[in-house]
Amino acid sequence: MNSSSGDEATLNEVLEHCNDLRLAPIPDVGSLPERYTGTLGHFPVYFPEEIAHAAGLLPVSVLGGGNRLELKHADARMGSFVCSICRSTAELGLNGSLNGLTGFITHPICDAAKHLAGIWARNFPEQLSEILYLPQNVNSPGAVRYIAAEFQRLRGELEKRSGRGVDDDALRHSIRIYNQNRRLLRELYALRRDEPWKLSCTESYLLTRARTRMPCEDHSVLLERALAAARRRTLPSQDKPRVVLVGGFCEQPPIEMLEAIDSNCHVVDDDLLIGLRWITADVPEKGDPIWQLAESFVERSAASPVQHDERKTKEGYLMEMIGASKADAAVLTAAKFCEPGLDEQVAWAKHLDGTNIQYLVLEFEEKMTSFEQMAMQLETFAESLLFAVAA
Amino acid sequence: MTGKAVGAAANIADTAAAFDGRIEGQRLMRDWYKALEEAPARGQHVANVFVMGNAVEILRAFDFQLVFPEINSLQTGVRKTSEEYLRLSEDYGMSPDVCSYVKADVGLILKEHEHPAGRIPRAHIAIASNMCSTFIKWAEIWERLLKTPTFVLDLPGQRAGNWRVRPGDAQHAADARWVEAQFQDLIHRCEAITGKRFDLDRLAEVEDRVNKMVAHWNNVMALNRVCPAPYNAMLDGLTYIGIMNVYRGTPEGVAFMRNLEAQLKTKVARGEGRVAEERYRLLFSGTPCYVSMRRLVELFETWGGVFAYSDYLTFAAGGMDAGDLAYDTSRPLESLAEVTALAAQRGLSNQFFAHERLAQQIRDYAVDGIVFHGIKSCRFVSSGMADTRDYLNKRLKMPSLYIESDLIDPRYWSDAQIKNRVDAFFETLRQSGGAPPAGKSVPPATGRAA
Ligand code: SF4
Ligand code: SF4
Repeated sequence: MNSSSGDEATLNEVLEHCNDLRLAPIPDVGSLPERYTGTLGHFPVYFPEEIAHAAGLLPVSVLGGGNRLELKHADARMGSFVCSICRSTAELGLNGSLNGLTGFITHPICDAAKHLAGIWARNFPEQLSEILYLPQNVNSPGAVRYIAAEFQRLRGELEKRSGRGVDDDALRHSIRIYNQNRRLLRELYALRRDEPWKLSCTESYLLTRARTRMPCEDHSVLLERALAAARRRTLPSQDKPRVVLVGGFCEQPPIEMLEAIDSNCHVVDDDLLIGLRWITADVPEKGDPIWQLAESFVERSAASPVQHDERKTKEGYLMEMIGASKADAAVLTAAKFCEPGLDEQVAWAKHLDGTNIQYLVLEFEEKMTSFEQMAMQLETFAESLLFAVAA
Repeated sequence: MTGKAVGAAANIADTAAAFDGRIEGQRLMRDWYKALEEAPARGQHVANVFVMGNAVEILRAFDFQLVFPEINSLQTGVRKTSEEYLRLSEDYGMSPDVCSYVKADVGLILKEHEHPAGRIPRAHIAIASNMCSTFIKWAEIWERLLKTPTFVLDLPGQRAGNWRVRPGDAQHAADARWVEAQFQDLIHRCEAITGKRFDLDRLAEVEDRVNKMVAHWNNVMALNRVCPAPYNAMLDGLTYIGIMNVYRGTPEGVAFMRNLEAQLKTKVARGEGRVAEERYRLLFSGTPCYVSMRRLVELFETWGGVFAYSDYLTFAAGGMDAGDLAYDTSRPLESLAEVTALAAQRGLSNQFFAHERLAQQIRDYAVDGIVFHGIKSCRFVSSGMADTRDYLNKRLKMPSLYIESDLIDPRYWSDAQIKNRVDAFFETLRQSGGAPPAGKSVPPATGRAA
């Protein structure tokens, strides 16, 4: 075997493992490394995983049920007008798939997500279930102090549940582990930006998503292997337009949809799983760790349709993504019934109308199973872009 | 009692009897729209605010003319013109699946602010709380389309089931401190916009009026615990909360609420109910369907069913009835933050744990059944409704009805279907023993001095 096929084999093996994790149930507590005493579920978008990690609870991102889950209970409990990720998350709770969680934390990203806390309170009172009230005003003085208080509250709750005290050193240790992971994720996205033919959006997504089912330190090892192999890939660059993909910040687009986009475009940046990449630089490893996490949420953070921040208009950050990744165009998606996503889609499209940047609007649902029409739209879009670039 | 005192009491009773909350409410709403139209000519600064978590007290202290975009949107429904606004915004690109209030407002912007009640002035600032997340998305639309400076007021809400925050405890103190920091920031921004210095005495004055309004309002709510209920929470009640919002902290608002309480007390003393023979006391959970509200209420009242309470009267009136929430006017800003934080948890964001409040209201208002009104476009109210209903059915064996339409989109109103469901609900209530006719015993209203 030459080294190039060896790299390909490594990458395939890692990606296959990631895909298995994507489809796997939440980890069973018995199967976790010794330092973990339980799992803590959290809903998108951002959650300070370091605090759970330090408490010995494996943070498990609950990302809905994908397109293989049949809704048997949730239909009667959540209206048909609610987005799929909320309905399928409720289903996973009601069908017992999340019984092993020590707790489930949701956020004030939208009203449907806040209602999940009520559903948990009514149906699973034995689990720690709550809304972590991350602020929608990060611009007023006092925001960091408030977030620190909220994180401190969470720390106390998790200490109670896990039976393990979380001292500052433990937190700093967790921050170091996550900083390392964040650096690797930034490298992953840099590779896609610089040499997109070496790593597709689907592959990068699978690699990132694996962190939702494994300890962060193990995920970093996995990322390092995958990155090394991908960098050495000798695939030829392809004649595809460079696009950014937005709208995947919460409900997850089906993998088949990402594959359809990859077949036609190089996705040079995206907002998929943005919560796992929310902190955009290292969290300072010295000083009060809770304060540093809180300050990072405000000062070193990404953007999404569900976070208001005067410094980052929604059109502004889209344009920055397009500019920084030297994209030719944008794919603007929104999950069906996702009010914030649908509002943003209109705003983005109207804004791009005033520029010479082309875009394609797609609506998706995690439970979609048919992609032919979407593939055709993407093909036409990509062709028209290549034609425009050539002309 | 002296002859003089008897005469005075008779006068009060006469005034109370002459007061008609609905007519007076409509007059005040007309005046408000007129004031809106004339604000630019007066050179008055204008602020857009929502009904849940809005810092009205601060804005009033700066003499802002207040615009309530939700009320503008619902008024397009009441005036049967909403469809035009909704279609305009959908043609513009808004999804059919988003809040219809937002869409009606985008329609209003596209119609250059021409509203059936008059021209709506453009705001110099918009305050959007996080109580309904849609408020923030809505305000971002103004930022984009109208360049309106926006202030997001972040109110830490109820975090979990059985969340008990008591005034002054550590959690409340931390939350209130954050709210106060934002108020300070807002005050600086208002000073920059208006060129006026903030006046704490003015704030205290406004707060004193709000205290009076809230005290009367609490008594008004409590009066409907009496059987027969003197008013319908989902018809008369809608006018009352309109005034609670639009005239919050004003002398007109205080007078309205005082007169309303007196009038309803007179009704109760005479044993007069909203319906001729009250047979079923009901609780309405959800938002109204403003295009067809009269019709909906009629479907219930023909069966002798009256909405004694609605959670809408709590969250859509700012959540101030949900506990002993009164401002301490000797420390107006701190107290504003403390009460705002408490109201956010006890009266607004507890919507996400609606079963707790509803279980309490079922007892307080001695209701025979709950009517849930699901609204596709309002996830704040509707996302957890089916689960809440299931919970209350199982735990409290509370008969309930679920109907669906929209706040203001007439395309979602299906008269025959809703009538069938309402009739079937009452048939079931009747067959299961029915409710006793008027006269059943419910806890007496506890009057409090305003
Ligand atoms: S997909 Fe949209 S509507 Fe659904 S939970 Fe996420 S942000 Fe809320
Ligand atoms: S979603 Fe509901 S509560 Fe929120 S603005 Fe719309 S109608 Fe009001």
